Amino acid sequence: MTQMVQGRHTVIRRSPASVALKALLYAVLIALALFTLIPFVWMISASLKLDREVFSYPIRWIPETFHWENYRLIWSKVPLVTYFKNTATIALLVTFIQTLTSSFAAYAFAKLQFRGRNTLFICYVATIAVPWQTYMLPQFILMRAMGLYDTLWAIVVLQSFSAFGVFLMRQFYQGIPTELCEAARIDGLSEYGIWARLVIFTFVGTWNDYMGPMIYLTRDVNKTVQVGLRRFIQENSSDYHLIMAVSVCSLLPVSVVFLALQKYFIQGIATTGLKG
Amino acid sequence: MAKSTTREPRRAVSSYERRKTLIAYSFLAPNFIGFAIFTLLPVLFSIFLSFVKWKGGAFSTMEWVGLNNYAEIFKVTKVAEKGLGYLFTKVDLGIALKNTLFYTLVTVPMTLVCAIALALALNRAVRGAIGFRTVFFFPYVASMVAICVCWRFMMMKNGPINQLIMAMGGSFNKSWTADSTMAIWSIILVSVWRNMGYYMVIYLAALQGVPADLYEAATMDGANKWQQFTHVTLPQLRPTTFFASTMMIISCFKIYDVVAIMTEGGPGRSTKMLVTYIYDEAFSNFNYGIASAIAMVLLVIVLVFTLAQFSMEDKYANR
Repeated sequence: MTQMVQGRHTVIRRSPASVALKALLYAVLIALALFTLIPFVWMISASLKLDREVFSYPIRWIPETFHWENYRLIWSKVPLVTYFKNTATIALLVTFIQTLTSSFAAYAFAKLQFRGRNTLFICYVATIAVPWQTYMLPQFILMRAMGLYDTLWAIVVLQSFSAFGVFLMRQFYQGIPTELCEAARIDGLSEYGIWARLVIFTFVGTWNDYMGPMIYLTRDVNKTVQVGLRRFIQENSSDYHLIMAVSVCSLLPVSVVFLALQKYFIQGIATTGLKG
Repeated sequence: MAKSTTREPRRAVSSYERRKTLIAYSFLAPNFIGFAIFTLLPVLFSIFLSFVKWKGGAFSTMEWVGLNNYAEIFKVTKVAEKGLGYLFTKVDLGIALKNTLFYTLVTVPMTLVCAIALALALNRAVRGAIGFRTVFFFPYVASMVAICVCWRFMMMKNGPINQLIMAMGGSFNKSWTADSTMAIWSIILVSVWRNMGYYMVIYLAALQGVPADLYEAATMDGANKWQQFTHVTLPQLRPTTFFASTMMIISCFKIYDVVAIMTEGGPGRSTKMLVTYIYDEAFSNFNYGIASAIAMVLLVIVLVFTLAQFSMEDKYANR
């Protein structure tokens, strides 16, 4: 059995054993892909069913009739528009402030000589190792004293000044030889690339953040999508179909961002391998 | 720009140098001020809080109690009397530690095995590799609340998971998250499902760095595929594995979201974790001192693993 393999590989003589191995490989990949996707499929399927159909036995993956009205109903049951607006506001502000301020700070750490540089940098690095959960309470006390409790600003300042952003950007600047900096001959793409990564990770991280908004945002007008969805679950705990419809809506924006920019996500992790 | 500053006398701070420092600080200030107020200060404050008794009212109601909070969370007198077993079966902190440790010890190896398997599979010439990669990575960016509530529903009494178990000849007719032995497994399952794609990407990058001639040499020595895997691939991936596992251990010790949405620490205390415990003491019971003492326990654990990671990174870098 001889076969041409397309792409970078040249002609390979295939034994029956290697064909079997290949088949096994695809079987495992497809099985794991199904395992990965099934919750999303089930979520969409349940969101288009009637309440009582969600847990039917045996399970029906494709609803008998598509109840699109579920998606109309949720907007009147829960102030989703407000939630989306709040989340978008926070995510955009955080991404902007984070990228801007940490780019400047990282540049100073990487390329400028000044007194106290090492001491200040150690402060940054040391706090990266400290889990947020250990200082969330004192931070909360401080924010409450400053009158930021239950305002969107609480989440903005909480997320905007992460030491991690500075660290990531500094690593990047250090990779650029100073002479190149001065000659301004840097490959434009790579420079925007690192920014793109920081922007994407900050944006998605802020959009998906749950614990911070849950602690700080109590009034409905201030809630983010994640906390709002949580409230909806608690108040309508047996409206499975509607909960799934809201869940699908909450996943959509990030899914679109991810699918459009997935190259940057995956490169970002492969090259830095770090997260906050 | 490259003016020589070496000729100037070292001690005298020239106006040029002062200006340079000023410029540097102006670059730093916007980030550093925010960082100092909202991160650095709270970190220091949290250490202090663990030594006081405070319900969160006026600052004047704060009372210095020394190590009492620590004695309280470890129930030192009771444990001294009844032995260490008491700590891990009756005391909140012991139970939270035990649960978190169990969760970590199961989740980390399971995720690593899945991640390596996926990376090895996708590292070969596979049709649709990019599509598969996207699929496996996707859960990592999906928001926790939506996916956790979805999994909780799927694991309900009549949900698809129990139907699948039944179809395979088994029987389990309870909601996973309401059963005190299965609840923690539901959290483990969701964690592995969510993280394997992330670590797969890290391993994919590492596999690119394994020199091809190592495999050629192994083939010439008559090594089969499995021997190549155990004698070439795995040793070459060791730094990555170490890095990935410490990173994952740290994030496992910080678990909160999945628990909060799927089980709320229950049933009973069966999925109570360290952070769940901190949260309850801080924001439900307003025991600020106690909450901070538990937070310090978490901090110490995380720091140990971080230091291990740093020291090994040096070792691998100097190889």
